[in-house]
Amino acid sequence: MAKILIKGGRVISPAQKLDDICDVLIEKGKVTAIGRDLEAQGAEVVDADGKIVTPGLVDIHVHLRDPGLEYKEDIASGTLSAVTGGFSSIACMPNTEPVNDNQSVTNYILNKVKEEGHCRVFPIASITKGLQGESMTEMGELKGLGVHGVSDDGKPVSNAQLMRRAMEYAKPFGITIVTHAEDLELVGSGVMNEGPVSTELGLKGIPWVAEDAATAREIMLAEFTGAHLHVAHVSTKGSIDLVRQAKKRGVNVTCEATPHHFTLTDEAVRGYDTNAKMNPPLRSAEDREAVRQGIADGTVDAIATDHAPHHIDEKNVEFSIAMNGIVGLETALPLSLQLVEDGLINLPKAVALLTCGPAAALGIPAGQLEEGGVADVTVIDPELEWTVDAQQLVSKSKNTPFDGWKMKGAALFTIVGGKIAYQR
Amino acid sequence: MSFKHKHILGIEQMSKEDIEIILDTADAFKEINARDIKKVPTLRGKTIINAFFEASTRTRLSFEIAGKRLSADTVNISGSTSSVVKGETLEDTAKNIEAMAPDIIVIRHGHSGSPHYLAERVGCSVVNAGDGAHEHPSQALLDVMTMREHKDRIEGLEVAIIGDITHSRVVRSNIYCLSKMGAKVRLCGPGTMLPPGIEKLGNVKVYTDMRDAIKDVDVIMMLRIQMERQSNIMLPSLREYARFYGLNPTNVKLAKSDAIVMHPGPMNRGVEISSVVADGVQNVILDQVENGVAVRMALLYLVSGVESMQTS
Repeated sequence: MAKILIKGGRVISPAQKLDDICDVLIEKGKVTAIGRDLEAQGAEVVDADGKIVTPGLVDIHVHLRDPGLEYKEDIASGTLSAVTGGFSSIACMPNTEPVNDNQSVTNYILNKVKEEGHCRVFPIASITKGLQGESMTEMGELKGLGVHGVSDDGKPVSNAQLMRRAMEYAKPFGITIVTHAEDLELVGSGVMNEGPVSTELGLKGIPWVAEDAATAREIMLAEFTGAHLHVAHVSTKGSIDLVRQAKKRGVNVTCEATPHHFTLTDEAVRGYDTNAKMNPPLRSAEDREAVRQGIADGTVDAIATDHAPHHIDEKNVEFSIAMNGIVGLETALPLSLQLVEDGLINLPKAVALLTCGPAAALGIPAGQLEEGGVADVTVIDPELEWTVDAQQLVSKSKNTPFDGWKMKGAALFTIVGGKIAYQR
Repeated sequence: MSFKHKHILGIEQMSKEDIEIILDTADAFKEINARDIKKVPTLRGKTIINAFFEASTRTRLSFEIAGKRLSADTVNISGSTSSVVKGETLEDTAKNIEAMAPDIIVIRHGHSGSPHYLAERVGCSVVNAGDGAHEHPSQALLDVMTMREHKDRIEGLEVAIIGDITHSRVVRSNIYCLSKMGAKVRLCGPGTMLPPGIEKLGNVKVYTDMRDAIKDVDVIMMLRIQMERQSNIMLPSLREYARFYGLNPTNVKLAKSDAIVMHPGPMNRGVEISSVVADGVQNVILDQVENGVAVRMALLYLVSGVESMQTS
C-alpha cells in the first residue's frame, strides 16, 4: 500500500482539537504521523499548501437505494458520489427493497461495499420490521454486525407506545434512535410548505406544526426513557427551539440539518420545480434563519445531506405527483463552506459539523484524524470555484436544485483507509 | 396587435392592458353569438385540442363552441377515456398530441402547474382551462366582463367572494384580475378554508363573518362548496355551512340594493346559494355563461397569432 505524505496544509480536526499548518503521513492505511517537516521515502506527496486537511467527511443520512431500487442509485455509484463530495464515511438508510431490518440485508450491504464500495458505509437498520410501524426490528442482533442506529426514515413511527418501547429497548444496546418526525395526519396530502407560496401556487401545504408536534413528542419520549435520540433533517424554527431547550434540560438529543434547509426556502418551488420538492419541505425564510442560528449556537450537531436519488421519470412529472427528495453528496461541502463565507460559523466549526459532529450523533467510529488512527482524510481546496452541472454528477440520479449554481470549495482528494478513493 | 402572450397560463402574468384587450375583443365576438349563422372564419384551418382531465360542463362546452364558431377544428379528449387510464404520463400525452400539429391545446387538469408543465414541453400554444387550485383565467375574465356589463366599470367595485377559498382557482384568478383592474376584493369562508397569505395576492381583505363581508358590496360571488373534498374534517355539516356562509334572501339584502349575484357553477342549490336568490332578479349567473363563450373566443383568437378577427 502506498505511503502518502500530505504537506503544508491547514490540518483541522475538531475531535482532536487540532488546527495547525502541518504535515500528515499515511502508511499502511493508518495515519502514522502528524507534525511539521515530515519526510517519508517513496511517499506520494500531496502539496496541500493553501488547502485544508480534515478527517474524511461523514454523512449520516444517505439513501443508497441498494438493494431493490438500483435504477436510482446503487452502492457503487452512491459511494462514488460520496467520495467525489469528500465523504469517506456514510450511513445508509434502510428504506430499501427489501427493508434493512435483518442480518441478510445488512450483510448484503456490507459485502457489496467490500466488493464495490468506494467509502465506508454504516448501515442504519429500521426501527420497525418492514417499516410497517408495528413491531421492532431485532436491533440486538444487528448491533453485532456494526449497526449503530435505527430509523424508519421516510416515515415516522406514528405509534407513540411503540416508539417508547423502541427507545427503552435500544438504550442498553447503545443504539441511536434516528427519528423522521412528522405527524402524518397534519401533513395530509401536502406537497410543499404551507404558507403564502403554497397559497399562490395552489398546492396543498404541509404546516410547520406537522413537524414540530412530532418532534416535541419524540423529545419527550427521549427525556422519559433516557435513550439517545437523533432528530433527522430539522427544518423549522419550532423544532430547532425544541431541541435547544431539550439540550438545556439535559436530554440526550442531537439533531442534523441538511444543506438545502440552511440554503433554500419555499420560494424555490416557484415555477413548480420538482427539484425543490422533498420531505420535510423547504420552509419559510424565518425557518431557514432559525436553522442557521441553530448551526451557529451548537443546537445542530451535524450537517447531513439526506441524499435521495430519484430517476428522471419520477421527477419529470407534475409537481403534485413528483417523488420527494434531492441528491446532495456532491454539493454539501461548498454549501457548508458558504456558511463560513457568510460569517455564520468559523471553519473548524464547519469541519466539526461534517466530521466528529455527525459521527458522535450517530455513534459511529469516524470523523477522527490522529496518529495511529485510520487514514480517512479529505484534502479540500476552499477557494476552488466551479459550477454545478446536474448531468455531470457522479450519482446515477441528477435531481438537484443547485444545477447551474456557482460553488466555491471542493474536495481535491478523498482518502479512505490510506488509499486515494477520489482525486479531482 | 399588442397582445404578446403565446400561452394563457394565468392572470398573474397579465397586465391591465392585456385584460382590457381581452375584454374588448370578447365584446366584439359576443355579437356573433346572437347571429343566425354563428360562424366567422377567423381561425379556419386551425386545430384546437381541448384536453380535459377533470369533469366539466360549462368550460368544456364553452371552449368547444368558441373554437367552432371561429371555424377552427376543435377536438375534445377527456382524461377518463384517454390512455391516461393506462398510466400514460402527462408529458407523453402532450407530446403525442403535439405530433398531430395542433395550434392550441386547451387543458384542464387537477394538478396545479400542469399548464406550465405543458408549456415547457410543447411548441404550440397552451391555454389554461383550470389547473388544480391555482388559476382559471377564462373564468375570471368572463366574471369581470359580466361585472363590467352590469356596473359599467370595474375600478372601485367592492366584490365579495364567499366559500372554500383554499381550494378555489376561481378566487385566485379573480383576485389578480380584479386587483389589476382597480377593484377591491373581500374574501370570506369558514376558518378551515382561508389559506395563509391570500391577502398578498392582490387588493384583498379577509373576513370571518359573512355579514361583514357582503355589507354594501356591488358584487357577491358564491363559490361551490365541494362536498366530495370535504369529508367531515373541514366542515361539521352542509347544514351549518349553509347557515353561516350561504347566500339567502335575507342576507343578500346586506349588500347594495343593486348588487349582482354571481356563481361560477355548478351550484349546490340550498347550500352556498338558495334557489330563490339563484333564480332571483339580481343573479347574472347565466350572463356569465354567455360571456364565457365570447371570452374564450377572444382568448383563442389572441393566442393564435391570426392577424384579423374577420367578424364582419
